[in-house]
Amino acid sequence: MHEVGLMQEALDIVEDHARRGGAKRVLSIRLRVGDDSGVMPDSLRLAFDALVPETIAGQARLDIEAGPVVCYCPRCNDEFAPDDIFYECPWCGTRTSDVRAGREFQVVSVEVE
Amino acid sequence: MMSPRVIAIREEVQGRNDLVAAMNRERFERCGVFVLNIMSAPGSGKTEFVRRTLADIAPWGPSPYTPDDGNYDRAHSSHLDDQRKVRMAAIVGDIATDNDARRLGLTGAEVVQITTGGYCHLDAGMIAEAAAGMDLSGLDVLVIENVGNMVCPATFDLGENLRVALLSVTEGEDKPLKYPTLFKRADVVVINKIDIAEPAGYCRELALENLRRVAPQATIFEVSARTGKGMPEWYTYLRSQVARNRVAYAEVTPPLTSSPGGRS
Repeated sequence: MHEVGLMQEALDIVEDHARRGGAKRVLSIRLRVGDDSGVMPDSLRLAFDALVPETIAGQARLDIEAGPVVCYCPRCNDEFAPDDIFYECPWCGTRTSDVRAGREFQVVSVEVE
Repeated sequence: MMSPRVIAIREEVQGRNDLVAAMNRERFERCGVFVLNIMSAPGSGKTEFVRRTLADIAPWGPSPYTPDDGNYDRAHSSHLDDQRKVRMAAIVGDIATDNDARRLGLTGAEVVQITTGGYCHLDAGMIAEAAAGMDLSGLDVLVIENVGNMVCPATFDLGENLRVALLSVTEGEDKPLKYPTLFKRADVVVINKIDIAEPAGYCRELALENLRRVAPQATIFEVSARTGKGMPEWYTYLRSQVARNRVAYAEVTPPLTSSPGGRS
């Protein structure tokens, strides 16, 4: 359960940007959690509920968008979206560990007033 | 009254850890030390694997502690004659107790314990702090033994050069499928405790197939850290990685005349 620490980091980033932007309060927070980021959205939500009352984002809504995994097949010289945890090219079957997207865990934006 | 507006941020949440990890990596490179991050579930044999590595190939080894454990098999000890010693130290992370550090310290190596106090993984800041007092320039390899946990440590960059995931034969052949994040990001996977594979009902073919499907990038070693079986192959690999690191380091950095990374 490292999501508490990660959520705290995310809220620090949110507060930082909100204050610099002269916001009075944060209405919503948008996170992007890649499917191969190792971060569990459900655990993030639990952590969010526990941590957020203390912050400028006390009443904010949390939106979490998924980040689909995109891999690269060196043989086909093309990208593909894997169906499961096996990153195997759907055209030639090559196994790859070249991940081009899906490992991100970002604060995308905040809505403030 | 101000109307709602959107501030675009697009910032990686682990950006701060990554920044400290990059600073660690820079210091490690400057000191010419090759850094391992060893991760596994509790009980996979990380400490024994590290202990044997330190005892067998570090300059002060083989430690008297090695043959005394009753399981030592001389058949796997040809590497003990090898004069190419590797100077090593270790940083060990545990939630509580310094048992592992004391156990590793018996080899003669410098060992720094991080007690996380409930924290489930090591992060780059803890490593920076632990390594601050160490004289890295006298080392070839710094081994970081992470907290026993297959989930949390996997996504934290510490500034290491090589990510090693351990798995023992008693944990089930499908462990890589249950914890793909750790294995997908590993450079090396060590399958440990092969001396008890048979009584454990371990199916080698299935375990290897699962591993290769989930982590095709990983170099796999099959060892028993307790008897020493398979360890010489790991030492050969480690030495080659250290040598490669030295070459890469020499290409980018003029030779050191003093040790700016030393004790301060």
